[in-house]
Amino acid sequence: MNVPAAKLESEMPKQITAELGALALVLDHAGVAYASDEQALLVADLHFEKASSLARRGVYLPPYDTVDTLRLLTKTVMHYQPKSVICLGDSFHDGQGHERLGNVASDAISALAQGRNWVWISGNHDPEHKGDLPGEVCDELQMGGVTLRHEPKFIEGEFEVAGHLHPCARIEQRGRSLRRRCFAINQTHMVLPAFGALTGSLNVLDKAFSGMMGSQSATAVMLGQTGAYAIKANRLLPD
Amino acid sequence: MVKPVATATEFSSTALPAFLPEPFLKWFSSRGWQPRAHQMDLLSRAQAGRSVLLIAPTGAGKTLAGFLPSLVDLTLNAKQRDAGQIHTLYLSPLKALAVDIERNLQGPIRDMALPLDVETRTGDTPTSKRRRQRISPPEILLTTPEQLALLISGQDAKRLFAGLKYVIVDELHALATNKRGHLMALGLARLRHIAAPGLQMIGLSATVADPDGLRRFLVAQPENEEFLADLVIAGAGAKPDISILETTERMPWQGHTARFAVPDVYAAIAKAKTALIFVNTRFQAELMFQELWKVNELNLPIALHHGSLDAGQRRKVESAMAANELRAVVATSTLELGIDWGDVDLVLHIGGPKGASRLAQRIGRANHRMDEASKAMLVPTNRFEVLECQVAIEANYVGAQDTDPVGEGNFDVLAQHIWGVACAGPFAEEALFIEVSSTEPYRFITRALFRQVIEFVATGGYALKVYERYARILEFTPGWWRLRHPRLAMDYRLNIGTIVESPSLLIRLLKAKPKGPIVRGGLVLGKIEEAFLEALVKGDTFIFAGRCVCFEGIRENECIVTDATKRDPKIPSYAGGKFPMSTFLAEKVRDLLASPERWKLLPDEVADWLRLQEEHSILPAKDEMLVETFPRSERYYLVAYTFEGRMAHQTLGMLLTRRLERVGAKPMGFVANDYALAIWGLEDMGAMVRRGTLSIEDLFDQDMLGDDLEAWMDESYMLKRTFRYCAVISGLIERRHPGKEKTGRQVTVSSDLIYDVLRRHEPDHILLQATRRDAAKGLLDITRINDLLSRIQGRIIHKPLERISPLAVPVMMEVGKEPVSGAANEALLSEAEEDLINEAIA
Repeated sequence: MNVPAAKLESEMPKQITAELGALALVLDHAGVAYASDEQALLVADLHFEKASSLARRGVYLPPYDTVDTLRLLTKTVMHYQPKSVICLGDSFHDGQGHERLGNVASDAISALAQGRNWVWISGNHDPEHKGDLPGEVCDELQMGGVTLRHEPKFIEGEFEVAGHLHPCARIEQRGRSLRRRCFAINQTHMVLPAFGALTGSLNVLDKAFSGMMGSQSATAVMLGQTGAYAIKANRLLPD
Repeated sequence: MVKPVATATEFSSTALPAFLPEPFLKWFSSRGWQPRAHQMDLLSRAQAGRSVLLIAPTGAGKTLAGFLPSLVDLTLNAKQRDAGQIHTLYLSPLKALAVDIERNLQGPIRDMALPLDVETRTGDTPTSKRRRQRISPPEILLTTPEQLALLISGQDAKRLFAGLKYVIVDELHALATNKRGHLMALGLARLRHIAAPGLQMIGLSATVADPDGLRRFLVAQPENEEFLADLVIAGAGAKPDISILETTERMPWQGHTARFAVPDVYAAIAKAKTALIFVNTRFQAELMFQELWKVNELNLPIALHHGSLDAGQRRKVESAMAANELRAVVATSTLELGIDWGDVDLVLHIGGPKGASRLAQRIGRANHRMDEASKAMLVPTNRFEVLECQVAIEANYVGAQDTDPVGEGNFDVLAQHIWGVACAGPFAEEALFIEVSSTEPYRFITRALFRQVIEFVATGGYALKVYERYARILEFTPGWWRLRHPRLAMDYRLNIGTIVESPSLLIRLLKAKPKGPIVRGGLVLGKIEEAFLEALVKGDTFIFAGRCVCFEGIRENECIVTDATKRDPKIPSYAGGKFPMSTFLAEKVRDLLASPERWKLLPDEVADWLRLQEEHSILPAKDEMLVETFPRSERYYLVAYTFEGRMAHQTLGMLLTRRLERVGAKPMGFVANDYALAIWGLEDMGAMVRRGTLSIEDLFDQDMLGDDLEAWMDESYMLKRTFRYCAVISGLIERRHPGKEKTGRQVTVSSDLIYDVLRRHEPDHILLQATRRDAAKGLLDITRINDLLSRIQGRIIHKPLERISPLAVPVMMEVGKEPVSGAANEALLSEAEEDLINEAIA
C-alpha cells in the first residue's frame, strides 16, 4: 500500500453528491442520504427489533440491535439537524416490532423526532403500524419531483428513491476483495443501503437490481470507514 | 458347537488368559496366521471388562484386534441378544474408512459364518436405510462422530444403545485433539449413561507423544482422580527406508509445486509396483496430477484423490486401488488414515512433512505388512523444505513424536451437545454436569461455566434477559430442562457437526458454453470454496479434478465450467502449506542450520546456499534468533527468522507491525512462511536501530502479548472468522444450506455484524470467551509465540545489511502478502475510484 495511513486520517470525510431530477442529495458513508434543499434526511431499512424477531424462532442474536441502530441514527441526525427524517420502510423487522420496542428505545425515537417531521413509509416487513411512536405513516411520498417509496419499481422516466433491496457491492483491487454496503444509483433511480445494525445485504449485480444497474450511468457508491466511494458498474463483481 | 479354547498371551498382565473360540483359531490357522500378541492381549483385557487403548503401527492388524472382542462376544452370546439393539459401535473420522472396514470385516464374518450383521451409516447412506437402521439396527454399526451425535439426539437413543457393549474408536489420535473429538467425547459420555453398565471403549491409535491423554479420553474421569484405560502397545515394525528424492534439476528458492521434480517423481513411480503420492494441499494435488500426466509416456494408470472431489469419483479411485488396478494415486490428507490399500510399495511425499508423526503416518501407508520396511521418498519443493525433510528423516529414525495433546474442549461444542441431549428428552442439569465433566476435554469446566452454557442454549445467554418467552429449552421444574418445541429438534439436526466449511459451490462441467441463465445437465466434478471463485472472472482457467477448466460463471449454487482448450491454467494455484510446521521439527531445523558439519547430508546447492548466507550475513546459533534489515527497491525490510510456522508468523506479523507503526517505522505490509517473517516499510529500520530510535530487543519483548494482542485481536479478521465458527457450532447462527443461500442474503445476518454488536454490549459473553480461547490456542498460535519470545530474550542477533541475504530470498518471494492496517482498505477503495477517473481523462 503506497498510501500512508496518516495521510488518509487527515483527510476530510469524503462525501458524494448526486442529483436525481431536481433533488440534490449528499450520500453519507454512514448510509443515509441528505436532501440539502429540503433539509430532509433519508434512511432505509432500519429493521428495528430484528434480533427479537428471530428469537421467536429460536435464533438468539444479541438483543442490542435496536439500540445500536438508534445510536448511529442519532449521531447522523445530530450532525445534519434535518427538518424532516424520512424512513423508507422496513423500519421494523416485523409487524409487531413496535410492540417489542423497549421504553429506552421508544423514548429515544421520540426525542429524535422532537421538533421535526418524521415519516414512516410502509415496508413489506412493517405494513402500517407505528403504535404510539411519533410521526406519520404513508405508502409513498413526493419530494422535488422524486417518488420516495420502500420497494423500488424502476419505472422508466420516473425519478425514484427506494430501499428494500439492501444493496452491497464487491470490487477487487490489488488482489484484495472488498465487499461493502452501497447506494445503487443511475440517472433516475437510487436504492439506499440498509441502515440497521444486523441487516444483511444483496449484491447489486443480482437480478433484483436489473431494473437499474444495466444502464450506462449505473454506479455503486460504496461505504467505507471514512468516506463513500463511487464505483462504476463495469468494475463491480458478483459475490 | 462352539468349543472355547483358552490361549495364553505373551505379555498379558491380566490374570485371565484370552478366550478365543475355536472357529477363530481355525480361521487364523486356515490363513496360515497366528493371532498376534497384541491382539490376544487386547482380547484378554477386554474380556476382563477393561477399556483399552491399542497403539500400533499401520499393518499391525489393528482393525482385527479392535473388533476381536466384540466378534467373540457376539459369537458366544448370539442367542441372548435383543433385536433392535446395537452391540458394537465403531467410530471413524472418515466415511471412506468406515466403508473400507466393512469390506474388511465381511471376509472373516463370512469365512466363519458368524451370526451377525455389519453395516455402515454415514451422510451418504440413503434415508430409507438410515430409517430402517434405527428400527432394526445391525449388531455392528460403523459410523462417524457426526452420526453418533445424531443418533443420541433421537428419542429412540435409549432403546438403540441399551444393549451396547463395545465402542471402537479408530484413529483416535486424529480425532481426540480437535472439536470433532471433543463432541465425540461428550457423545461417549452420553453412551456410558444410556447403555447398560459395563460399556467398554476400545481406542485404536497410531503412535502418539502422550498416550495417557488418549487413555483418559476413553474412560470416565472421576473428580480429583485420574482413570486410565489399559494400554496395549504392538511391537514396532521394521524401520522405514526413507530418502530424499535425488533430482538433477535445480532446487527452487521458493514455491510449493515441485514442478521441477516431476520427471524424477515419474521415474520413481515407473519403478514401483504401486505408489502413493502425498501432498499437503488440494491444489498441490491437482497440479502434481496434471504434471504427471503430461509426462506419462507409458500411460500408467495414475489417479487423483482429495476431499473436494465428488464422493462417487473418490469411491471409484478407492476400489480401483484396492483391486490393484492403479500404479499411483496423488492424494491429500483424506487418504492419510488407515484405509487399506492393496500393494503400495512406495510413498512419495511432496513438500515439507510439517511434523515427524505426520510423516510416520503417511509413510506407514506403504507396505501394509509391519515386518517389512516401508519405502518412502521425500520431495522437498524448495530449499527450506530440504532442511525440513532432512530433520524429519532423522526424527523418524529415532521414533520421535510431535502429536498434539487432547486439549480442553470449548463452549460452542458443549452448547451443541446440550441442545442435542435436550432433543432426546428432558434432562437434569446436575446429572448432565457430572457427565460432561467426566470427559477428558471438559474436566476443567466449573459448575458456573456449565450453567452459563446452559443459559446460552436456552436463550442466547445475554445479560439482558428478553428472550425468556422464546427459549429453546425450558427449566420446567428447578434443575430440569426440556425442549420447548419438537420443531427445535429438527433445527438441531440441520445444524449438527463441528466442521464449518467455508461456503462452497458444486462445480459442474458443461460440454458447451452455456447460452442463457438456465443450465441443465453436466458432470459434477466436486466442490470448490467460494473464496477461490471470488478472484475469477469469466474465461479464467484453472485446474480441478485433474482437468484444466474454464470458468463460465455462477448459477444459483453451482460454479459452471467448460473444458479449457489450452492446457495451461491461467490462474496459478494457491500452493501454501496447510499445516504449520511442528515445534519439534522447527527446533531440529534451527539445530541443523547451526551445525555446518551436518550440511554434507544436504544436496550441494542447499549447502552452498547456507555457506553463502554465512559469508554475506550470519547464521544464528541454535538458541538465537536472527533479524536482518536491508533496503530494497525504495523500501526497507526487516526479516526475522523465527521458525514457528506460518500461523504463528501471521500473528506475529500483525503484532510487530503495530509496534513498528508506533515507533514511526511506517510499516506497509508483511509476508510470512513457515520459517521466517518479512516486514517492509517506508523508514530505514536498520538506521533507526543505529540512531537508537528502534530497539530490536524491545520490539520482540514479551509484553507484545499484552495490550497489543488485545487491541489487535479486537479488530482482527481472524477473530471474526473464529467467531463465525463458534457461532455456527454453538447454534447461535444457522448453517447455510444449499438452495437457501442466494435468496437469503438480505435476511441472513453476517456474523461480523453480530460480533461487532456483541463485543460492544457484552464483551464477556460466553461465545466471545469461546472465540478467544480458540483464537489463542489454534488460529493464532499464541502459545508458540509466547515460547518464542521467552526463548529469544537476550539472544537476538541483529544484522544490518546493504542488500538482501541468501536466507531472505525464499520468504521475499512468497505469495500472500498482507497489507497492514484498516486504512489500507480505504486506500484501495479510493484507488479504485481514481483508476476510473484516470481512465476517463486518458
